[in-house]
Amino acid sequence: MAEVPTGAAAPATPAAPALAIEDLVASYDEVVALHGVSIAAGKGTVTAVLGANGAGKSTLLRAISGLIRVRSGSVLLDGADVTRRRPEDMARAGVAHVSEGQSVITELTVEENLRVGTLCRMSRAARRAALAQAYERFPVLADRRRKPAATLSGGERQMLVIARALLAGPRVLLLDEPSLGLAPKIIGQVMALVAELRDSTGLTILLVEQNARAALGIADQGIVLNLGKVVAAADAAALAADASLLNHYLGL
Amino acid sequence: MQEFLEFTLGGISFGMIYAAIGLSLVLIWRGTRILNYAQGGMAMFTAYIALIVINHTGNYWAGFAAALAAGVVLGAVCERVIRPTQGKPPLNAVIVTIGLLILLEGLAGIIYGGQFRSFPAAFSISGLKIGSTSLGASRNDVFVAVAVLAAALALAVMFRYTSAGLRLRATAFSPGVARLLGVRVGRVLTLGWVLAGLIGALAGVLVSPNTFLYPNSMDSIFVLGFTAAVIGGLDSPVGAVVGGLILGVALNYVSGYLGSALMPVFGLCALVLVLMVRPSGLFGAASSRQV
Repeated sequence: MAEVPTGAAAPATPAAPALAIEDLVASYDEVVALHGVSIAAGKGTVTAVLGANGAGKSTLLRAISGLIRVRSGSVLLDGADVTRRRPEDMARAGVAHVSEGQSVITELTVEENLRVGTLCRMSRAARRAALAQAYERFPVLADRRRKPAATLSGGERQMLVIARALLAGPRVLLLDEPSLGLAPKIIGQVMALVAELRDSTGLTILLVEQNARAALGIADQGIVLNLGKVVAAADAAALAADASLLNHYLGL
Repeated sequence: MQEFLEFTLGGISFGMIYAAIGLSLVLIWRGTRILNYAQGGMAMFTAYIALIVINHTGNYWAGFAAALAAGVVLGAVCERVIRPTQGKPPLNAVIVTIGLLILLEGLAGIIYGGQFRSFPAAFSISGLKIGSTSLGASRNDVFVAVAVLAAALALAVMFRYTSAGLRLRATAFSPGVARLLGVRVGRVLTLGWVLAGLIGALAGVLVSPNTFLYPNSMDSIFVLGFTAAVIGGLDSPVGAVVGGLILGVALNYVSGYLGSALMPVFGLCALVLVLMVRPSGLFGAASSRQV
């Protein structure tokens, strides 16, 4: 289990956690942005990663998926060390990273965007089956499959990038600010989708959010980052109840 | 009217050569944002290989195939040489590709000598006629146009309908997203260079009967191919083909009506004009770029 400075640790898991981050130190060029972050996320749980702007939330996801340099510490997937793998290899190892800003490929159609998600699957049949499954889960995308992705609304784009990430067949899903720029009603839908994904597929999800209330509403556990360090880690309910903590670090 | 027809049809065959060079530049530019100044040199080098094979075997098509194969290998090798410049300031890649050009031209001079060599054409180069009307194009010109068009269509089909094509497009538009979805971007970039090497080699073999073959023989063709790509918008394979055709026909009018000495000047003027008036080209997205 990972050590955390304060608060209760994650719920005890019998085997190795699906995703374990141990004492991760990472940097942008020379600037160290994460100072020894540890997280243990069990299979089929949502971990909310909270913190103010610049606390290192996105940096944490980028370090896990190999987009920035890890100086020390480790990333373990079901107990296997996958630290410092290249992003494409992390994706193939089962970590899907949905970066912030609804990053659809606007030059491609909705279906082509989805098909990019299936490219790391081996057989043509597996690709087609996965695509059919995605359309079943996201009928709104099926209706617009031939449309350029640029024509989708913000909420639809968020659906598309999540659906696309799922097509790679991940064990771990890293979601960076899925609520960013979306209307409150749509945020609720996205959060419900995240909870539903956990419950129906057993995905392990790290959910980076500015919107702490929405994230803690569906998360099993949460951590609060400040200046690249974990300053609190607890059950989601316990964090949500800690008004002074939320006020201090998140201004809520 | 008769002249106009001749100049137009004659221009199409040249235009397709510019289109092929433009296409090869676009293939690399889209994925890497590198303008491959060595493209002409690569085409020239593969044309020499074709000439050697033709002279040894006496078979044009053996040389044709050898040039294409050499283009594939040369493309992959050049990508390997250029790879360390990825993520560095753009000037680094510019200098490496110019270095490659000088290296290839120097090597060709050392190995094959600097003299002009005649290069065989696939088909007859005497002008076709309908009745007594000269068309201004030969059987070989028709072959040139058909070959480049076929290659461009094959590329279009690959881009549109295959997984490899989807990888190439996803990587060109959004390399970061593609990587996070498990696309091995390094391999995709290599594939782009290989395809560029292939199309460039095709252009080299097709143009050499007209230009003769010597270490610098592709220099002016490269400039016009680049102009074709810029007219089309550097990002657009379709644009490169259309740009090549426009340029080829326009230059043939200039050389036909005004005199062939004006052709290179007009080509460069066209490049400057496009960059001034519509730098994103006819088919390019209107965004800023650095060349």
